[in-house]
Amino acid sequence: MAGNVDALFIFLLIVSGMMTLLVFSAVVYFAARYRYRRGVPAEQIEGSIPLELTWSIIPLGVFMVIFAWGAVVYFKGRTPPRDSTEVYVVAKQWMWKLEHAEGQREINELHVPVNRDVKLIMTSQDVIHSFFVPDFRMKQDVVPGRYTVAWFRATKPGTYHLFCTQYCGTQHSSMIGSIIVMEPAQYEAWMSGGSPGPLSASGEKIFAELGCATCHRADAQGSGPSLQGIFGRPVLLADGRTVTADENYIRESILDPGSKVVSGFKPVMPTFQGLVSEEQLNALVAYVKSLSPGAEAATKTSAMAAPQSGPQARGNQVQ
Amino acid sequence: MHDSSVAVHGETHNPALLHHFATEEQQRDASSLGMWIFLGTEVMFFGGLFCAYLIYRLKYFGDFGAASKSIDATLGATNTAVLICSSLTVVLAIWAAQTARRALLISMLVLTMLFGLAFLGIKGVEYNQKFEEHHVPGASFSFDHVPIPGHPDQYANPRHAEIFFALYFIMTGLHALHMIVGLGIFTWLLVMAWKGRFTPEYHTPLEIGGLYWHFVDIIWIYLFPLLYLIDRHP
Amino acid sequence: MSMATTTVQPVERENYLNKHYGVGSWLFTTDHKRIALLYLISITFFFFIGGFFALLIRLELLTPAGDLVQADTYNKLFTMHGQVMIFFFLIPSIPAVLGNFLVPMMVGAKDLAFPRINLLSWYLYIIAGIMMLHCMLTGGVDTGWTFYTPFSTAFSNTKVIEAGLAIFVSGFSSILTGLNFVVTIHRMRAPGMTWSRLPLFIWAHYATSIIQILGTPVIAITLVLVVAERALHLGIFDPKLGGDPLLFQHLFWFYSHPAVYIMILPSMGVVTEIIACFSRKRIFGYTFVALSSIAIAVFGFLVWAHHMFVAGISVYAALVFSLLSYAVAVPSAVKVFNWTATLYKGSIHYDAPMLYAFGFLGLFTMGGLTGLFLSALGVDVHVHDTYFVIAHFHYIMVGGALMGYLGGMHFWWPKISGKLYPEGWARLAALIVFIGFNLTFFPQFILGYLGMPRRYYQYPPEFQVLNVLSTAGATVLAVGYLLPMIYFLWSMRYGKPAPDNPWNAAGLEWKTSSPPPTFNFDEEPVVTWEAYNYDELDAQTNKEEVPVAR
Repeated sequence: MAGNVDALFIFLLIVSGMMTLLVFSAVVYFAARYRYRRGVPAEQIEGSIPLELTWSIIPLGVFMVIFAWGAVVYFKGRTPPRDSTEVYVVAKQWMWKLEHAEGQREINELHVPVNRDVKLIMTSQDVIHSFFVPDFRMKQDVVPGRYTVAWFRATKPGTYHLFCTQYCGTQHSSMIGSIIVMEPAQYEAWMSGGSPGPLSASGEKIFAELGCATCHRADAQGSGPSLQGIFGRPVLLADGRTVTADENYIRESILDPGSKVVSGFKPVMPTFQGLVSEEQLNALVAYVKSLSPGAEAATKTSAMAAPQSGPQARGNQVQ
Repeated sequence: MHDSSVAVHGETHNPALLHHFATEEQQRDASSLGMWIFLGTEVMFFGGLFCAYLIYRLKYFGDFGAASKSIDATLGATNTAVLICSSLTVVLAIWAAQTARRALLISMLVLTMLFGLAFLGIKGVEYNQKFEEHHVPGASFSFDHVPIPGHPDQYANPRHAEIFFALYFIMTGLHALHMIVGLGIFTWLLVMAWKGRFTPEYHTPLEIGGLYWHFVDIIWIYLFPLLYLIDRHP
Repeated sequence: MSMATTTVQPVERENYLNKHYGVGSWLFTTDHKRIALLYLISITFFFFIGGFFALLIRLELLTPAGDLVQADTYNKLFTMHGQVMIFFFLIPSIPAVLGNFLVPMMVGAKDLAFPRINLLSWYLYIIAGIMMLHCMLTGGVDTGWTFYTPFSTAFSNTKVIEAGLAIFVSGFSSILTGLNFVVTIHRMRAPGMTWSRLPLFIWAHYATSIIQILGTPVIAITLVLVVAERALHLGIFDPKLGGDPLLFQHLFWFYSHPAVYIMILPSMGVVTEIIACFSRKRIFGYTFVALSSIAIAVFGFLVWAHHMFVAGISVYAALVFSLLSYAVAVPSAVKVFNWTATLYKGSIHYDAPMLYAFGFLGLFTMGGLTGLFLSALGVDVHVHDTYFVIAHFHYIMVGGALMGYLGGMHFWWPKISGKLYPEGWARLAALIVFIGFNLTFFPQFILGYLGMPRRYYQYPPEFQVLNVLSTAGATVLAVGYLLPMIYFLWSMRYGKPAPDNPWNAAGLEWKTSSPPPTFNFDEEPVVTWEAYNYDELDAQTNKEEVPVAR
């Protein structure tokens, strides 16, 4: 993926270089060749419509090529492949808190295996931050109040810079860390260094503790819809709209349940705004996902399926 | 754009003609164009607010409906009628100047201002109502257990309702501020009219003052249905 | 009127400078030329304040560690550098100084349409400036000039409200200037001055004014919302209260993108005038250059979310804005080609204004091309919010707009002051600026590509060499800017008196004395010739007059 970005960058360098050379040499040449000489007046030239059209249309054509190329690269970069390993990221002033789906927690560091698609599901606890790994040519703003998603696939073991690149206050420049890419064996070793258990398991505990299970029963007898198998699928709402049950939908349903009531159910769910932390929300989301086997659930052994164009986690945004 | 080729000072022309203009017609055209452009900036200024309002209206439809229902549409409608009448009196004032009816001019200007004051007074009553109901955004805001229109079993989210009220106060407050400026302008126009400065040949300040007033009126015509009349269920 | 003789008059003719004396005659003037000078002094003052902040920033960045100032201080430095330079220097600069001075003269009018509103606009600028100064001196603001929420509304501990209000007031100054220009250009052209005979400087300012009129109110209302939210703890932009931080970004950039065209279009107008004069020929493709200014103004309103490609907007929105951003690049390219073509078969002189124009051509081209990088979605993901962006906009705003401004100041200085500046020093300064500029900002493209984020006061050691280069360049640049300050002031006292038309340039402003009389023209001009009639001008004087400055 990074290679694609560089290829386009080099193409842009070449195009810009040529254009710069063209303009510079024309200017220098004309400035010298047509330097003021006594008795040689300037020649008044109105213009030339063919020339104007040429130098409008050709650049426009080149620009369209650049646009299309850039769009393709961008689209790929914003479409995490299915079966990516998932990592939940919570940004706060001034540190990165990361939690693997398997449960390991890290601060300012992220260990990943080489050649694995890693999908980051990110939110902020306070202000807008931005998750930037220059070596992966990857960047995504991390916004409070919703999830944003990014993905990467590291192809070489090593340690790479992680920067926060959206100004976020006093220690913005210290909000840095590392992505540590390991060979599979090393990664397994690191993983087995103990963890509090998979994220979805903590989510299940929270689900029970907060009483969610009372209404959201697997047998669909409760006053809330069953959450079995809903993740990644369309949901019909009471007001007639259909939305996709992605991470942002789950999150919104917990924090603002009245906004998207499922068809056939009454709007009786209380809000949990202020009662759950971002980490707890992540765990709950992971749990709900685990109730939908096959739909983007985290797997340890990655089946390298080609990226498909299915419903992607983009969530509700103001556009 | 020019009649006489040379604009020499001291020739007989209206004392209101400013020296850098060649003719009165040029001055009038320039003043009028200037006011239209200024009103264009005002459209963009309020436009940002309308944009924010529309976005949240779509996002929090039910909550905004509940909040909208709690502001007094009767008072709002009365204010709409008041402003429309005031625009009529402005037009009549200009006609009076065009036809050299000084008494009518002055009375229409006074009437316009009275309508303006009535508008502000009614607005004050509304704001007071909101204050007493704790609907003013801030520390003492409360909007609990207010049903969403059409969904009697669902309550509006107070936080979203607070956004409605924030926008309501900012939009109507800004409008009221423009109203007050308008009253200031009309006070000055009244003084000039009293002194007999306006003639059928020269009454440009009245025209551009009138333009401003009409504009403030039109903003209200948009504000009223957007803020007061959404989702009104019986 | 033929070119005035070059004999020095023993008694000074009456002109706008000597017509009245006394502070009151300046502070209560309605003469557009005096107001232009009032602006000149004010914006120069703020330029040096913004430049001082820049110097401190570059000094801090000499070393990887944050060891010169504290983090909070650094954050205030880059914030206030941006705010001062954008709102108090760049946006007024050419329109308020050169525009105010020249627009009435170029169209053949005695003054702008609304002289008192012109004075009001300067007072609003001063009030805003005082508010900004007060804010800076009593703690400053650290949100970045972009004021992103919820940091600015709910987290920053600095004087956000005061800074926001200061910029709000300065916006009105900008709106009134634009309004004045549009009405003047529409309604006060002299007989015979048709639209197609207008200097392209006027077209450029017309386009700029459209943006000022339509765009500035939007930042005004955005600032009102930010101030209200911060003061009253509202939730319009705060997700914890149901608001949307991205809404702020949309509203902010809806103005702030067109704002960059406010900053560059006037400079393009200046460069056009200079290139025509010092090539002694009409501009190649007049109609295309004129219409490209309007096209830039219009398209400029359609591309704002290209600042938000990684902010969390949808992929489809990003596609649309990327496409439109390429559309807006075309008119700028067209201008560059037309300027270059104007040089062809010209008769080119290398005076200081022309050197600045050459510098503009090169640096604006480079800066504009890097805009192509940023509009490319795939590449922007990598270089957004890095030093690549900083290099891009400084190439355009400093390498472009500021060089155009300096070129214009040199070109019209004889007209404004009645004195000639020292040509040798001016050429040296132009060279120093060009070298210093490239040394300062070219390394930043590389830094950005390598991944150095913006707004960092400490950075990984591998970025140091490039930062040191950049700081070295900044010191050279500073010298280049100080020189004109010094010799312009020097010339006011010791400079050679300027003739009416030292460059034998086209344009109505050159048909009046240097400095001009208060009412610009002794008689209302009647225009019967086309713009840029250099063939006639050169034929009249019977020698392509080498400018008198040497």
